[in-house]
Amino acid sequence: MTETSRQAANPQPHPLPGQREAGALLQVKNLRVEFNTRRGTLVAIDDVSFDIAPGEVLGVVGESGAGKSITGTAIIGLLERPGRIAGGEILLSGSRIDNLPAAQMRKIRGRQIGAIFQDPLTSLNPLYTVGRQITETIEQHLPMSAAQARARAIELLGEVGIPAPERRIDHYPHQFSGGMRQRVVIALALCANPRLIIADEPTTALDVSIQAQIITLLKRLGRDHGTAVMLVTHDMGVIAETADRVAVMYAGRIVEIGPVQQVIHDPQHPYTAGLMGSIPTVGQDVERLPQIEGSMPRLNAIPAGCAFNPRCPRVFDRCRVERPHLIAANQTQAACWLHAPERRAPDAGQEWSQGAVHG
Amino acid sequence: MAEETQPSSRPSPKGQGDSTPAAGSGRPTPATGPRLASQGGAGALLEVRDLARDFDVSRPWLNRMLEGAPRQLLHAVDGVSFTINRGETLSLVGESGCGKSTVARLICGLYAPTRGSILFDGTDLAKIAVRNDMLAMRRRFQMIFQDPYASLNPRWRVERIIAEPIRSHKLIKDDRAIRKRVGELLTQVGLSPLDGEKYPHEFSGGQRQRISIARALSSNPEFLVCDEPTSALDVSVQAQILNLMKDLQREHGLTYLFISHNLAVVSHISNRVGVMYLGHIVEIAATRMLFDRPLHPYTRMLQSAIPDITMSGKARTPVAGEVPNPLDPPTGCAFNPRCPHAREKCRTTRPELLPFEGAQVACHGIHEGWVPIRMAETIPA
Repeated sequence: MTETSRQAANPQPHPLPGQREAGALLQVKNLRVEFNTRRGTLVAIDDVSFDIAPGEVLGVVGESGAGKSITGTAIIGLLERPGRIAGGEILLSGSRIDNLPAAQMRKIRGRQIGAIFQDPLTSLNPLYTVGRQITETIEQHLPMSAAQARARAIELLGEVGIPAPERRIDHYPHQFSGGMRQRVVIALALCANPRLIIADEPTTALDVSIQAQIITLLKRLGRDHGTAVMLVTHDMGVIAETADRVAVMYAGRIVEIGPVQQVIHDPQHPYTAGLMGSIPTVGQDVERLPQIEGSMPRLNAIPAGCAFNPRCPRVFDRCRVERPHLIAANQTQAACWLHAPERRAPDAGQEWSQGAVHG
Repeated sequence: MAEETQPSSRPSPKGQGDSTPAAGSGRPTPATGPRLASQGGAGALLEVRDLARDFDVSRPWLNRMLEGAPRQLLHAVDGVSFTINRGETLSLVGESGCGKSTVARLICGLYAPTRGSILFDGTDLAKIAVRNDMLAMRRRFQMIFQDPYASLNPRWRVERIIAEPIRSHKLIKDDRAIRKRVGELLTQVGLSPLDGEKYPHEFSGGQRQRISIARALSSNPEFLVCDEPTSALDVSVQAQILNLMKDLQREHGLTYLFISHNLAVVSHISNRVGVMYLGHIVEIAATRMLFDRPLHPYTRMLQSAIPDITMSGKARTPVAGEVPNPLDPPTGCAFNPRCPHAREKCRTTRPELLPFEGAQVACHGIHEGWVPIRMAETIPA
């Protein structure tokens, strides 16, 4: 894998993660998303900050309900009521996009930011040919004639690996298989040459062999076009192969962010360590998988202090009262009091170390 | 397990060939060492012979009459044979549409086989004529489904859900004893006996899957068919459920048929693995053997397609093509259009599943020696 092996040779391509103000394509600062319900306000995203550089792939991982998809939808401005951005800023190339009127946001969406969703069948309109859907998007955003747009659509379909694109362009979504449909969705996301792609679980609905093809495609396109990608997934394997940096989310917050090698092989937050340990790998010979007891808290019952404290094997008094912020820890940043300057811990992963992924 | 759950007429559970319900607390826990991939043997609990199931996917009758369209059959499972020994876990892996779930449903009797036979503990399930005999047989195997949100009745309390197999098999008559037994089952799967009062919507996905497991265990089965039991769950919850399943297997000497598309999960939980492709088993071997020395080109492809979490630098081998349309499968070996080693013979003659050095594989190239055999690590990038 060229991408990660290159990274292995040069373990820190960026300065401290999360602190690159200059040159960032997307900056998210202290984002807070709330859902107003009859039973009070639920905080789905709480004080989330990160940025993505041009050409960079940022992986966002976490379990269901961690808030990773909500973060993606907030960035492309598609939060549905009763969800709303209650605080913080989202900046694209230095200008704010979180408070734009809907009409202006619609011009940015598709042109500047492309989106790929999990289920390719629901992101395509079943009543129109794929060609019509792609050319419509191209004509909407780029100054092209119908003939030019069609030529570009054929070129794009070929680029994402659809055989005989000049014939397939006139087919309807149901005439494509799952993997081919996801390629069409990727072509659709790419068609106006966006600078950022938000890919929300792009391979989850696909079989492993097709998954490998789509990942290879996403990586190649990012490289060729210099597109930044925010890859939202629960699959650590996909992140390990694709991302440059990774943000781990838990109960609406980022608990750890850093270069992918460090987060996977030397996790600094006990949650990341537990998560990595609980993934079975081929060839690993253990009778029991290391497991994190319990489950993620519901949004209406997030514990005081660190949200992970009831499940954490290394919890101490401070965790139960004070909420940790991201603290520089080794080569990543972790929201964990173990890394507070006054109390340095050597290895957050030691409690889970039996059968962990170092192999 | 509680004593009162045992019907009084039950004989000694030691005999392998007896067709009366065995088991419960007295059943000896089988040795859980490494097992050979060899078929049959005295320890076989389930034997499947040449199992096949077709689905009629023809257009409606009127269309066929008017348009002259022929009947169309989908061969979802086409000649599958394997055995599962007592106390072991056999996994079936493959991509969507390969027929693995259909095999699970055939074994549980949710579909009737088109051809072939299923022998449970030496008894052919199709030859049981007396309804009560069939009921007694059914008690001995249960199923755990993929989606814990769809497999529990939302209007029933958990206690009633778990007690349903006990009531329908009339294992315990007394309501208070049933309640006690449900409490024990809930404790066994890591929930509280008080949870029996709640409804399924009050539980998370992982907890619901624990309830499904408790329900499956409530009739004291010997054999569980698990159809993707963890694929709807998050990884940390998946680890909890896999650990629970292994603990229960050790405690009760359970035998599992485990259906999954996730090779890493399969390598963790199973003793033997069968790889399916378009309705056929293409390779079946002991887990270590299958992962250390994959024989069939499709097994190799699946294995190299696993995302590499250790980031050892191994590249996924991108495989061209997709699973062909099962309505119009290729002639000869079903994998030949995607196989890098395919020759003329592969396009004309279907390979048989034959023994090869401790495993069984259906590949002309392996048996005739023109597909090189490599250890998994040496697959070039």
